[in-house]
Amino acid sequence: MRIPRSAWLLLLLAVLVVVPLLKGGEFGGSDGEASVAIEQANPGFTPWLDPLWEPPSGEIESLLFALQAALGALVIGYVVGRRHGQSRARADRTGSGRPAQSAG
Amino acid sequence: MHIMEGYLPASHCAAWYAASAPFVVAGALRIRKIVRERPEARMILAASGAFAFVLSALKIPSVTGSCSHPTGTGLGAVIFGPSVMAVLGVLVLLFQALLLAHGGLTTLGANTFSMAVVGPWVAYAIWRLGRGLGLSVALSIFLAAALGDLATYVFTSVQLALAYPDPTSGIVGAVAKFGGIFAVTQIPLAIAEGILTVVVIDALAGKTADADKVGVLAGEIR
Repeated sequence: MRIPRSAWLLLLLAVLVVVPLLKGGEFGGSDGEASVAIEQANPGFTPWLDPLWEPPSGEIESLLFALQAALGALVIGYVVGRRHGQSRARADRTGSGRPAQSAG
Repeated sequence: MHIMEGYLPASHCAAWYAASAPFVVAGALRIRKIVRERPEARMILAASGAFAFVLSALKIPSVTGSCSHPTGTGLGAVIFGPSVMAVLGVLVLLFQALLLAHGGLTTLGANTFSMAVVGPWVAYAIWRLGRGLGLSVALSIFLAAALGDLATYVFTSVQLALAYPDPTSGIVGAVAKFGGIFAVTQIPLAIAEGILTVVVIDALAGKTADADKVGVLAGEIR
């Protein structure tokens, strides 16, 4: 049986994410590391403006990040499903022997 | 690639705002034109924005032992051209600046330029180049998304180096320093984004033949 392209690509993707975890490390954010590098190179540096609002805890921050990913995934899933439904409806119409309708 | 709030001098903030603004305006006009001429492309436009929204929320471990996130701007850039991503990218960056204290309002112009302008334009250029050289559609999409992602992080390193040149080695040395933090970490993530972009375009386009996928999604081929 032929393995679909998406299947082995996703497998490859999983390997890419898991290998660094096995290798180990601190896994801090690179954005934060850049800020630290600036502070180290410029002693006494303080940002001239603080964020208007910050998530009060790591939990709230991860809640908002999860919400961001969930909202995006919802939209992509909806569009993928809708397009598949449309193409199936089109296939049914043309496959039933009736003359193809002008729609689509 | 997010430069944090207050980390760029005010003059740099203003300059990056000025540099990004025309791209965002052009992107808004382009989106209006696409929606008017090909209403059926609206869904894919929404999915392109959503893809950037999801990917920029995912902090992924890298072989350097630190975490970073992909940008997700290559997908929309390949399908609709680079300018639409300027608008969709700003929306993602605004969400993160206001609700997550990730990036900032002062650095929004700079972050927009790296993530929503440089990344998409590089992705689009690589996509056209790949197709021009006769590479397959899937390989061209992969390279476009991966190199667009990487370009965003390289450009962030340049932006920080311009603001904070190294006392001894100058701007070039500082690019290498920040590039060591951003760009090297980003290499496996860029590969991951390239792979995921191919998978999502396949999922969106369904059973369409590879050669027609991008055209169908853009609403140019029925």
